[in-house]
Amino acid sequence: MTPELGNFALALACCLAAGQAVLPMVGARRRDPRLMALAPALAIGQLLALLYSFACLIDAAINDDFSVQNVAANSSVAKPLLYKITGVWGNHEGSVLLWALILGLCGGAVALFGRDLPSALRARVIAVLGGVSAGFQLFCLTTSNPFDRVWPAPMEGQGMNPLLQDPGLAFHPPILYTGYVGFAVPFAFAVAALIEGRVDASWGRWVRPWAVAAWCFLTCGIALGSWWSYYVLGWGGYWFWDPVENASLIPWLTGTALVHSAIVVEKREALKIWTVLLAIGTFSFSLSGTFLVRSGILNSVHAFANDPARGIFILGLLGLVIGGSLLLFAIRAPQLTAGGVFAPVSREGLLVLNNILLCSICAVVLTGTMYPPFMSLLFGKTISVGKPFFDATAAPMAIPLMAFMGLGPMMPWKRAQLWPVLRRLWWAGALTVLAFAVAAWQVRDLLPLLAATGAVWVIASSATDIVERIRLFRIPLGASWQRARMLPRAALGAALAHAGVGVSVLGLAAMSQAQHRIVEVHVGQTEMLAGDAWTLTEVRAAPGPNYTALIATIEVRHDGRLVTVLHPAKRTFASQNQTTTEVAIHTNLMSDLYGVLGDRHGIGTQATYVLRLHYNPLAPWMWLGGLIMALGGVLSLSDRRMRVGAPRRAATAGLVATS
Amino acid sequence: MTGDTSPPDLTRRRLLMAAPLVVAGGAGIAFWRMLSGMRQGSFDPHDIQAPALNRPVPDFALPDQLPGQGFGAADLRALKVPVLVNFFASWCIPCVAEMPQLNALKAKLPIWGIAYKDKPADALGFVRRAGNPYARIASDLAGMTAIDWGVSGVPESFLIGPGGVIRWHSAAALDAATAHDILLPLAASLRA
Repeated sequence: MTPELGNFALALACCLAAGQAVLPMVGARRRDPRLMALAPALAIGQLLALLYSFACLIDAAINDDFSVQNVAANSSVAKPLLYKITGVWGNHEGSVLLWALILGLCGGAVALFGRDLPSALRARVIAVLGGVSAGFQLFCLTTSNPFDRVWPAPMEGQGMNPLLQDPGLAFHPPILYTGYVGFAVPFAFAVAALIEGRVDASWGRWVRPWAVAAWCFLTCGIALGSWWSYYVLGWGGYWFWDPVENASLIPWLTGTALVHSAIVVEKREALKIWTVLLAIGTFSFSLSGTFLVRSGILNSVHAFANDPARGIFILGLLGLVIGGSLLLFAIRAPQLTAGGVFAPVSREGLLVLNNILLCSICAVVLTGTMYPPFMSLLFGKTISVGKPFFDATAAPMAIPLMAFMGLGPMMPWKRAQLWPVLRRLWWAGALTVLAFAVAAWQVRDLLPLLAATGAVWVIASSATDIVERIRLFRIPLGASWQRARMLPRAALGAALAHAGVGVSVLGLAAMSQAQHRIVEVHVGQTEMLAGDAWTLTEVRAAPGPNYTALIATIEVRHDGRLVTVLHPAKRTFASQNQTTTEVAIHTNLMSDLYGVLGDRHGIGTQATYVLRLHYNPLAPWMWLGGLIMALGGVLSLSDRRMRVGAPRRAATAGLVATS
Repeated sequence: MTGDTSPPDLTRRRLLMAAPLVVAGGAGIAFWRMLSGMRQGSFDPHDIQAPALNRPVPDFALPDQLPGQGFGAADLRALKVPVLVNFFASWCIPCVAEMPQLNALKAKLPIWGIAYKDKPADALGFVRRAGNPYARIASDLAGMTAIDWGVSGVPESFLIGPGGVIRWHSAAALDAATAHDILLPLAASLRA
């Protein structure tokens, strides 16, 4: 009965969403306050129905209701409770429902936190979100219904891919989807502004917190995904330029550009049309990424059940959402008037440069990802684009980006001079030169060398920004502390996020110097890697709940002193006829010792084991940097002036610059 | 870009701002053609028909890729037993996933590898890491041989029968089911 209730709740949510798409829009056009007031009520109602529907699906999974096709295909009685719950979104149907739920949450959030928005704008924003919601819920109901029943019901489910049975992957999709779907709110704001034909400073102020929030989630989601592939796949790699990874990187790049260009709209009323386009583009890329992955057009290791029929439905939906919004853009945008003028050397100028570079990187990644299917369609040629292409094209553009990142926050608005800014950054520059010298001594490759130098520059200049703002060492410490407490959180957040980029890039640069060895050893044999002695002391078999494991013990010593004992393992899942490797990682935050147990050759005392040993310098910094970036975003969200609840002052606050 | 735009300027702006719609429309049409092609079977991004199925392998001669010895069409045509030719690359993730399967297979069916568009040092490292399933390895740095073979991407495998005739082709990473249900029975029939 519960699955039927869930199905009903989903259908109800779809109807409410359709109402939410139409009624407030009509109300805003006719200036009818009663119709406009329906918007938040419908959004909350839709959210409640979706929550109930999602709870029903979780209930079916927890209670092992194998009469539900989706549960039968992805769960089993023996599966731990946590994975029964998280397994709900580990498959196509459930993840579409999660998508719809998060979209509903976005609508509910605008309804709850957007009370101070002008009522017509709020009605339109919620209506646009309702329209997108209705489309996705219809998709879920008609082509990917997670509540479909199967008859006769099997006694046992087919179980889950052992690789997915991992806490990192369990929470990765909700966070990543929140990032993707969160950009629906800036999108809705952009469409609403185009309908109204007005984009001004307060629009920039309203849209920015939503963009920053979505960006934080997307950043965390990408970092988490990369971390998962590092410690689960067992190849020591962290980013493979796989289409699915690129599908998350592309909206991240345009989203980052959006977060920055919205500042210019808010402070200076410039770049308005561009920002609107970025808001539409970012959500469009989020949607298209989902579509491409699920339609089977792109070859990827992340296999979802591919189905061209589903693809046609999503493509139609995309045509409506993306095509409709771009059509509106083509009609309305030429009439939008441009705002403040600024000199090339100014904070706006550098933000424009940031946008150009970010969008260029995005274009390169997009080209690399889409080239194979397009070549195949147009010329019948088949090719694949891999890591060498991206390494050679995307990475070099990140270097100038970092160079300008250091300067940007120190630049005054409107018109600036380079020299005073550079003078204030002298010690950051000195540190950068020192870093370059030290790195050049250690690292021979140019790209990692420049990247590491750029990263030090970004971190040092972000620190300088804060030091300068609180006038540290120029005025008494107490007064500096006072200034630090008065400092706008948005400024602190920006500095932190920039420093996070630096930390990540340092990790990436150091990882290019990672060392690894593949060795075949007897028990008791010692191998050297990066100055450490790795000794295989024992290999034993151990049974698990639904697998058998082979667990190795590796002692790592440095100059005779025991550093750590690693226990990499290899699990064989008989039911799925699959083996997984359990990587053993010892980290001291400066480097990872990473051990993988490979095949066994021979038997008894003659047995040898293949071990893969990695020394990964600064590996944790890559994800730590992502976390710092997201924290910076959260910090700036906590800024009082970023809150949506301050639009009255916002109209004038455009003149009050942060610095 | 100021408020008082003259008509030609406005036209220019209109054209400029319609550009995203045109690009998106073009992409949409392309995707629609891909999808309808996939439904009818005329377009498949995952697999292409090997042009040379049931015909002798195309002419080529490739240099050694350490730790293996290179080979050419002549070597394959001189064969008396079936051999699996596997195109791989160190930068290809499905290849990584495929390696355990190839290693399990190598005792039953000899596997010859061709490193596709891969620096020799990278390919060597990859093969060492994976535990080398290959009896011989050749390096196709320029990727020209792969084009002649109709390779759509890596990994891709061809079963070569006696006399160097291509008998079977898979454009996806081999899995246990394919190996046991299709590949090995076919190889056994070619041996008989």
